[in-house]
This record gives sequence, structure tokens and C-alpha cells, in this order.
Amino acid sequence: MDIVLQIMLTMDMSIRLSVVLLLACLAGLFSERAGVVDIGLEGKMLIAAFFAAAAAYHSESAWLGILAGCAASVTFSMIHAVASITYRGNQLISGVAVNFLASGLTVVIGNAWYKKGGQTPTLSGDGRFYDITLPFADYFQTFPMPGPIYSELISGHKAVVYIAYAAVPLAWWVLYRTRFGLRLRAVGENPASVDTAGISVVKIRYQALIIAGILCGIAGAYLSTAQAAGFGKEMTAGRGFIALAALIFAKWRPWQAMGACLLFGFLEAISNLYPNINVFGLFTIPVQFTQALPYILTVVILAGFVGKAIPPKAVGEPYVKER
Amino acid sequence: MDKMPRWADIFLVPLINLMLAFFVAGLVVLAIGQNPFDMIYFMIKGALGSTSGIGFTLYYATNYMFAGLAVAIAFHARLFNIGGEGQAGIGGIGVTIVLLAFDWPHWTIALPAAIIGGAVFGAAWAAIPAYLQAKRGSHIVVTTIMFNFIAAALLGYLLNGILKSPLSQNAESLGFPPGAHLPTAHEVLAPLGIAFSKSAPLNISFLLALLCAWGLWVLLWRTRLGYDIRTFGRNEKAAIYAGISPVRVTVIAMLISGALAGMLAINVVMGEQERLIAGFVEGAGFVGIAVALMGRSHPFGIVLAALLFGMLTQGGFELLWEMPAISKEMVLVIQALIILFTGALDNMVREPLEQLFTRIRKAQS
Repeated sequence: MDIVLQIMLTMDMSIRLSVVLLLACLAGLFSERAGVVDIGLEGKMLIAAFFAAAAAYHSESAWLGILAGCAASVTFSMIHAVASITYRGNQLISGVAVNFLASGLTVVIGNAWYKKGGQTPTLSGDGRFYDITLPFADYFQTFPMPGPIYSELISGHKAVVYIAYAAVPLAWWVLYRTRFGLRLRAVGENPASVDTAGISVVKIRYQALIIAGILCGIAGAYLSTAQAAGFGKEMTAGRGFIALAALIFAKWRPWQAMGACLLFGFLEAISNLYPNINVFGLFTIPVQFTQALPYILTVVILAGFVGKAIPPKAVGEPYVKER
Repeated sequence: MDKMPRWADIFLVPLINLMLAFFVAGLVVLAIGQNPFDMIYFMIKGALGSTSGIGFTLYYATNYMFAGLAVAIAFHARLFNIGGEGQAGIGGIGVTIVLLAFDWPHWTIALPAAIIGGAVFGAAWAAIPAYLQAKRGSHIVVTTIMFNFIAAALLGYLLNGILKSPLSQNAESLGFPPGAHLPTAHEVLAPLGIAFSKSAPLNISFLLALLCAWGLWVLLWRTRLGYDIRTFGRNEKAAIYAGISPVRVTVIAMLISGALAGMLAINVVMGEQERLIAGFVEGAGFVGIAVALMGRSHPFGIVLAALLFGMLTQGGFELLWEMPAISKEMVLVIQALIILFTGALDNMVREPLEQLFTRIRKAQS
């Protein structure tokens, strides 16, 4: 029974930790499928986390926090869009700038407003998201095995967790079953053909980046108003890059992205719960290895030793109309 | 015919970009209710107002030169090496292993050995992404980002394990033998009768960085390899048609890039800390991107840009005392804006200027 409990605990934590990755990964999915590389996911989440915490603190509403986070994140997304779409600048460099800007601005503004070295005041009450107990969860608690899975794993998460997991089928539907999705994917593969059909490449790429901004906004808000109770300096801690890794791991597809994020969330949970794993008393897997595993796996996938990860064809290239 | 005169391309455009970046940074300072001119005054005073300030400024500039040169050589081959941070970290391991291996009698012997250690380790860390890019087509930006994180984990592992000093609670290595001590600016200048701050970490690595900048210029513009690299970067197809091997250029450019990044560790690990401390690179590898962009990937430009960023960093620390309402992260904001305006939004300034110059020429003819 003890082992079952441990497994449940690890899985539960994996789900919680994968939320941020999943939202950021879907953000990257929309952006890169439209042909815009987005290494600024990290920065967008960070700025969103800050403004979400600040807004939630002043308004005492976590939902207004999400709104403020999304506004901040979309603003940053638009900086990226103006640079890389309108002015056809280097998308990677623009992404690097967005990341720097977020790590600087959050601390500068945070320190000016709250004088706590970049932190926001601790959130309490309605400023935070709390666990939601789904109907009948307590009832199923007493049941044998499949019961606890419902009451422990599926029930008892914060609202954003359910939003994130609902976003996966939604993203799939938008990308593969709507006209907009078809155009978006075409813009990422062959923008000239979309242009020939009389559809604005620029407009679709902007729309994709707005969606990416909103998703990163929710992810950042989750970090500061649900996972933690306030904003802390550099609190995204490289999750934007793990999300990027997950996107490659998933080969730019939504359902696989969920799988990759769950896997990477699981690895993070393992490194939190069991820092050093002793394998049958033979050797120890150090915590640093578990932490680095998402990146190692991504490099292996990228190297094409285990299946080839082929990015959208036009990704990273500004679209220049023929003159 | 070029669209605009050379001086406009080399000086005017970067200058306008820089001014735009500072203008927006000034708006940020205004927005948090502070005076941007006071900030500039205190930053310049902090960076250049004393020999201690100058010493710190040049020390940071040394890091940024190595990092900037590393990014630049890769840029010339049209490769974006974001992995300077990780390569420098691994370079630090190389420097540490070399310096802890022997009881070095004198720094003149220890320095060349440490340079080899740092450069080889840094280059080795860049070699894997380079190989994967050249042979397997994996995008170098993504692999170098991943390698930064793997390097950080590796560094953390070693500094909590084999390399950890038994004398310390922290994740750091043993101190290096006294013979591996690099002369500081104070020690070099004192016999000449020049009083230089004792506390400033500026050391002989600064000259090494300048030497590397000169060496890179020779390599890029005076050797056949440099020609190959630049040709490949300008036009891959033409380069292949001319018989230049893309694999060779990619791998060699990245090896040099990684080696330069690894040598950053000479300045920090050997010159200043005299031991290996986790996270010693402190983002200098990323600043290198801004430095290379600002310096237009030319070694001379990079030296100037590195000095500017060194001033920013040191000046930012000074704000802590003089204007506590502005945190030192303001420097990050300025750096971000410089990257944004000189790197990503370059066309915003360039295109109107090009039109302007074309119109002037038409009017003249």
C-alpha cells in the first residue's frame, strides 16, 4: 500500500508540475507552427508571473491576476512580433532580448513597487488559486483501486490545471479542424503559397503570437498565483526552455506535447521527491542527472538517433514578399 | 553600389540603435519615478570614477570580450552559438583540473597550461552541437541551449562530488596553488609607480582577451580558413560550389567559438576566484550575444562594445549604493534593449536611412 501511495503522490506532483510546461509548450506550438521561432517563452512567462501576482495582490482576485498576466505576456509577444514579423529581424535574437527584458524588468519594477528585492507581497485569500475537489471525489476515496485515481489524481487540482489540459484538445481542434489552423500550419510550411491564395501571412503570424502570448500568460500566472503565493525573482527557472525541449520532443504536435510535458513534469517530480536514487545498492543516480534528463533526451531526439524531429519548414525565416 | 555609405553602415546605424535603446531605458527609469540623468551620472561615476571602478569595469569587459568573440566567430559562419554560458562553465572545469593537478611554480607556466585546459574543454563542449549541426542537421541554437543546462547540471554534480572542497560547506573546489596566481593590475602597475586599487579583480587576462581579439581579426581577414568561414557564412551554396566543406567550417568555427568561451574561465576562475565556484559565469555568456551584435561581429567593435557593457555592469552595481530605488537588474533591461534594437529591430532604422541616402544621391546626380 505504501508503494501505491508513493506512486500516486509522484503522479499527482507530475501533473501539477507539467501544467506550466504544457501551457508554454502549446504557446510554442502555435508560434512555431506559424513559422516564428519562440525562444522567448521563458521571458513571457516571467513577465506574466510578475504582473499576475501584482494584480492579484491589489485586486485580491486570482482571475484578474491571470488577465493581467496575459496582457503583459501578449505585450511581450507583440514586441517579438514587431521585430520578427514586421521588421523581419532575427527571431532568435528577438527572443533572447525578450528573455533579458523580462528578467530585468520584473526585478526593477518589483523592487520599485514593493521594495522586497524583486518579490511581490505574499498572496492570500482570493488572490490565489486553490484546489478544486471534483464531485464525488470524497465518495470514491473509499473505493478500491480505480477510485483513488479519480479522487487523488484527477480531482483536487487548481482551476488552471484543468484549463491547461482542456487546452490540448482545443489546440488540436484549432490547428487541424479549422480553416484558421490550416492557414496557420501552411504559413509555417510554405508562406508563399498562402500569400498567393490572397491571405495575409503577416496577419496570421500576428494572430499565432497573440495566442502564444495568452497561453504563456496563463502559464506565468499559474506559477505565481497557484503553484507559489507570489512572484519571486527568476521564478520560471528555465521552464520555458524545457517547454521548448518538450515541443521538439513532441515533434510539434499537440497530443504528443502533452505526453512530453507529463514526462518532463514527472522527471521534475522525481528530482524533487527523490533527489538521489539508489539503484539496487549498486550505484546512485544523482539528482543533477534527473534534472538534466529532459535536455539530454531532447538532444538525442534532435540528433535523429531515435526518430527524426523535423521542424515546420519555414520556421525562423522572415517572410519577404517578392517585389 | 551600396545602399548607403560605409560610415553610415558601421557607425550611424549602431549609434542610432544605441540611442533608441537608452531612450527606452530612460523611459523605464522615469516610469518608476527616478531621474534617468542621475542614473547615467552615477553609473559613469561608478564605472570610471576610481581606479577600483575602472578595475572592475575592465574585469567585466574581459569576460565580455571572450564571450563576444566566441559569438562573433560563430556568427561569421552563420551559426548562432547561444551556448557560450555552458562552454565557459565547462572551460572552468578544464582550468580547474589543470591548476589542481600540479603545484605550479610560477604563473607564466601555469597560464599557458590553464589556457589549453579551458580552451580544450570549452571547445569539446561546443564540438557536440557542432557535429550534430553539421552531420545530423540538428539546429545548433536548440542544442546549444540544451547544452547550457546540461553543463550547469554537470558543474553542480562535480562541485558536489569529486571536485568539491572538503574544507568548504559550499559547492566550490579547493583553492589553486599560490604559483597559479595571476598578476593583478595592482601588482603589475605598483612597480611602475602607478597606484591602482588592490580590491579590483582586473588581471593579466585582460591583455589575453585583447590578444585574442587581434588573433581573431588575423584569422578572419588574413588567413584562408577565415576566408572559408566568411564565405560559408555569406553564401552556403557558393561556398560549397567553391569546394569549401560545410562540415569542416561548421566544426572548426564552433571549436574556436567554444575555446574562446572556455577562456573566459581564465579571467574569472584563475584570475579572480582562484577556485571553481558553481555558476561563476553569471550570464556573461549571454551578454556576449549583445556584445557581438553591438560590435557587428568585428573584433575591434567587440572590444569597444565589451568596454561599454563592462561599464554598464560595474555602474549597475554602483547604483545599489547611490540610487537604491533602481536595482542593478536595470543593467539587464538596458542590455535587453540594446539586443532588441541593434539585433532584432535593426531594419527599423536601416530601411528609412537607406531610402534617405538613396534620395540624397539621386538629388546629387
